[in-house]
Amino acid sequence: MGLTLTWLSIIVLIPLAGLFIKTFELSWDQFFGIVTSRRTLNALKISFGLAFAAAAVNLVMGVVIVWALVRYRFPGRRIFDAVVDIPFALPTAVAGIALTSLFAQKGWLGAPLAELGIKVAFTPLGIFVAMIFIGIPFVVRTVQPVLIDLDTEIEEAAASLGANRWHVISRVILPSLIPAILTGFALAFARAIGEYGSVIFIAGNLPNVSEIAPLLIVIRLSEFRYADATAIAVVMLVAAFLIIFAVNRIQSWAQNRIPVH
Amino acid sequence: MTDGQISLRAAATDARTEPGLVRWIITGLAVLFLTVFVVLPLVLVFAEAFSRGVGAYFSALIEPEGLAAIRLTLLVAAISVALNLVFGLVAAWAITKFDFPGKSFLITLIDLPFSVSPVISGLLFVLLFGMQGFFGPWLQNHGIQILFAVPGIVLATVFVTFPFVARALIPLMQEQGTLEEEAAISLGASGLQTFFRITLPNIKWGVLYGVLLCNARAMGEFGAVSVVSGHIRGETNTMPLLVEILYNEYQFVAAFAIASLLAMLALVTLVVKTILERHLDEGQPVSDD
Repeated sequence: MGLTLTWLSIIVLIPLAGLFIKTFELSWDQFFGIVTSRRTLNALKISFGLAFAAAAVNLVMGVVIVWALVRYRFPGRRIFDAVVDIPFALPTAVAGIALTSLFAQKGWLGAPLAELGIKVAFTPLGIFVAMIFIGIPFVVRTVQPVLIDLDTEIEEAAASLGANRWHVISRVILPSLIPAILTGFALAFARAIGEYGSVIFIAGNLPNVSEIAPLLIVIRLSEFRYADATAIAVVMLVAAFLIIFAVNRIQSWAQNRIPVH
Repeated sequence: MTDGQISLRAAATDARTEPGLVRWIITGLAVLFLTVFVVLPLVLVFAEAFSRGVGAYFSALIEPEGLAAIRLTLLVAAISVALNLVFGLVAAWAITKFDFPGKSFLITLIDLPFSVSPVISGLLFVLLFGMQGFFGPWLQNHGIQILFAVPGIVLATVFVTFPFVARALIPLMQEQGTLEEEAAISLGASGLQTFFRITLPNIKWGVLYGVLLCNARAMGEFGAVSVVSGHIRGETNTMPLLVEILYNEYQFVAAFAIASLLAMLALVTLVVKTILERHLDEGQPVSDD
């Protein structure tokens, strides 16, 4: 017990307390000034906006992937199932340089896209792509077990009562998946906001255009502007806590609500 | 219009599955998405690493800088895994076998590093040990270097890999309850005996699982380590940091050669993880008996 608490406070509590003490050394005006400066505001907008969009793509594609993996049989299904975990397992720097080379002007996918006039690497679109990559396992791995556990008898009952397939999916299956889908979305969103390694290579990192908030923290640190770095970090931390809180609420709502009518 | 009617009619004939065309489109989308976003980047790592042949690949790996990075990564991972293994065991033991106030707060704290941006994890240690930090001046006066040196890298890595072992063990030990331990203690076993003879054998697959994931993350961590490392060539560059430096210097073969080692680590981790998950699933009914 004592060991647990000591170790926990050395590794987690003291650093966290340090962050908040550092923040309180700032006056409210200073904090507000840093957070609302044009470059910071743009970096936060880019991180949050693109993370939200990428999580939305992951929500839709995650459900499509789960559906295919759970409900259909096709060659290579087990391999594609295993492949879903790669964004979890692959070190972010490796993912970053791989995605950059893939979507660069002369890359395997970048070259054909360039002919269509679409530039991915070194633009905000590149950030979006990297965030999609990093977020996909969150939606798949939270929704998949729920769909597997879903009793197909209810579907059959609905079908035998004359519901067509679309009704069965929209009225019976989707409602039971919604808590898991929202949780997956929130987790993917949170991860994408804080993501650094897989994004910075492909991003281009142009201030106000393609500079993400975590990178701005690193830049401020390298300039020894600790106060600026701390203020941005606090905004991101609060967002992370709100998302964790939302996830917990979704989970308890899902547990308390009456299972499918 | 007619299309809609046809698919409606097809659906009405069998409401338990989708029409063939829809099935085909969904499967196709899933496979295409995973191929573009996940499989291609992985294949590209190895293709780029070997693009100048096997000779160039291996000579990139045995560069002094490459070897130094590999050595540092192994050292940091070994220390972090060892520390977090001990902590994870004790924390999971305390949380699942005893009741005490503030337990759910403790669990939240353990999870915290998962939800914090890696860059912020690094920042925390800069604020503590940096020159403008709380302990910075004191450390400077006593000639102790933490930031931009190996201890800082170890601390940041321990922080980000902190939850893995405890997270793997808590649900497992919760499910197993305290019956066997109580029996052992009532038969006169000491606390330590109970732990090593009863608890540990019951959770050995879970321990391996946590260590595996902890190790993978420790070796691959980039953001947090990047902030505290200082990027001193040959001294404080771990493998992921060296990948960044080589890539930014357009040494693509060398960057992807080091990256391929990390990619192989990820693949091996996934395979072993699947095997361990099978053992954990098998372990469950046995422990229920």
